[in-house]
Amino acid sequence: MDVFISLAQGLTVAIQPMNLLFALTGVLLGTAVGVLPGIGPALTVALLLPITFKLDPAGSIIMFAGIYYGGMYGGSTTAILINTPGESASLATALEGNKMAKAGRGGPALATSAIGSFVAGTLATAGIAFLAPYLVELAIRFGPEDYFALMCLAFVTVSATFGDSPVRGLTSLFIGLLLGLVGIDLLTGQARLTFGVPELVDGIEVTTLAVGVFAVGEALYVASRRHHHEEKLEPVRGSLWMTKEDWQRSWKPWLRGFAFGFPIGALPAGGAEIPTFLSYSTEKRLTKYPEEFGKGAIEGVAGPEAANNASAAGTLVPLLTLGLPTSATAAMMLAGFQQYGLNPGPLLFAEKPDLVWGLIASLFIANVMLLVLNLPLVGLWVRLLAIPQPWLYAGILVFAAMGTIAANPSVIELLMLAVFGVLGFLMRRFDYPIAPAVVGLILGPVAESQLRRALQISLGDPVALVQSPIAATLLALTAVALLAPFVMRGLDRFRAVED
Amino acid sequence: MTSHRRVDTAGLVIALLLLALSAAVFWDMNRLELSSVYGVGPKAMPIVVGTGLALLALGNGVVAVRGGLPKRETVDLTAILLILGGLGALIALIALGGGFILATATLFVAVATAFGRRAYLVDFLIGFALGTFAYLLFAKLLALTLPVGPLERLI
Repeated sequence: MDVFISLAQGLTVAIQPMNLLFALTGVLLGTAVGVLPGIGPALTVALLLPITFKLDPAGSIIMFAGIYYGGMYGGSTTAILINTPGESASLATALEGNKMAKAGRGGPALATSAIGSFVAGTLATAGIAFLAPYLVELAIRFGPEDYFALMCLAFVTVSATFGDSPVRGLTSLFIGLLLGLVGIDLLTGQARLTFGVPELVDGIEVTTLAVGVFAVGEALYVASRRHHHEEKLEPVRGSLWMTKEDWQRSWKPWLRGFAFGFPIGALPAGGAEIPTFLSYSTEKRLTKYPEEFGKGAIEGVAGPEAANNASAAGTLVPLLTLGLPTSATAAMMLAGFQQYGLNPGPLLFAEKPDLVWGLIASLFIANVMLLVLNLPLVGLWVRLLAIPQPWLYAGILVFAAMGTIAANPSVIELLMLAVFGVLGFLMRRFDYPIAPAVVGLILGPVAESQLRRALQISLGDPVALVQSPIAATLLALTAVALLAPFVMRGLDRFRAVED
Repeated sequence: MTSHRRVDTAGLVIALLLLALSAAVFWDMNRLELSSVYGVGPKAMPIVVGTGLALLALGNGVVAVRGGLPKRETVDLTAILLILGGLGALIALIALGGGFILATATLFVAVATAFGRRAYLVDFLIGFALGTFAYLLFAKLLALTLPVGPLERLI
């Protein structure tokens, strides 16, 4: 089969010593930032973009992917040990995992989390490898109107369909779109929303927005609510190994978690929270030990963790095959590709198969590295948490400033960093989701250019936008996705009145 | 079950801000010229974004009036001002040619203080060390251009 040949070729790229080193650096960095509060994979990739500008593209992208996978592993460690999930995707893990840790079974919790993540991650990466050629075939037949419809669907699902408040999600999206408008319009050369400021003519850098909103915004938010009680760190007592019963109770949740995580992760949806919570409630319903749930049931860690990792890998499917980022981290990886002038999608598979398959092959390698490194190094990761919070955040902000300065040492850029920091703080404070803004900024211009291209080809006829069956279906789905949350709200109110 | 919640002023301010942004988009758009190519010109997207923002301003306003925004805790304003002040100092130092290392050291102290530390000298030295290390790494090893001030000229 072609896939195996391509994978084999990719493997020869991935096992080159430099790329192995990049992968190792990536997974170590990723786990570290997954463990540390206040900094996550998206921000880390954003910070590294200016620094890796002069390095080898394949190696850098492999490193970013390693960071992405590593971040998931790291987040689980904090979720289990100190009940502070690194990302919202680790919330479900924290539910049972921390109870297990408190009961002295932190080791097996970490073990099932790591092994489950490895199993699901490997299966999901295999999924990427096998699905990619089919999706690329499909994507080749996409015309600009199909891409435009797909992006509309992605916009709506990322901002409105999932999450607490569609209004706030859409507001965040439109702020992102607004920021994407700033700069020169490529088709006519006119400057939009620059207000006479020369630095804005190039547009707003995704990294500046991401670093500002994630790093500065997070620091402002955490600093402003410092007077919170600290969760106690549970030391890892006892053996790290799982008993035979642990294995027996874990393997099916691993597989079910993968089944939830990968498809949902591959769809343009709001993130990894859904598959992890689906997995959690499924395991709760299917377990032979229901009384243990709430006190530390191992299935409640195994399933969500597998779902978590499978979903992260799943996000790479639309990113690599269609160039469609469906989360903030994926948007950063897209920015990483674009930095080297590469555009993920069918063209990249055709022009640079070594790079793409090398990346996929190194994902397998990264998974193995993460499994091998994380369990023995748990002690090291835990010690990272002992860094005093003031130094941690000071360091994060210093790196944030450094990254922005290194990319573009202008005062305006730094002012934007501060402004976006305030924006990020306000968004957190008033519960506006952040991912839609990032996706809006990076995809808005692309969506616009596809729209205009479609209309130029059809000589201004708007029917062209719905003529293609693919575009029509996607736009219909978009409408459904947009109206569904509001309709459900309306129905809820009726139901409440009846009760 | 409709609970009577007070009108959320902050939410209304947000709605007004969105309306202002929408107005800014439309105002800027009026400067653009219609292009003569087929299809839509550079005004299309601003119209979409401007309209969307206006509609969302309305939506947010409605949510605010109904008190639908989540409850917020009190804010430690000093911490926020310290962090923003640190960033401001960094920007000022770089703009006035104070150099990368001094700027990052100042930022480090400011943020550490915002999070509760009171050891100004120690934090300044740590920030200084971080800045020097980063400068050597990025400027010398990775060949990136960083703002140069009196200290950097010594290296």
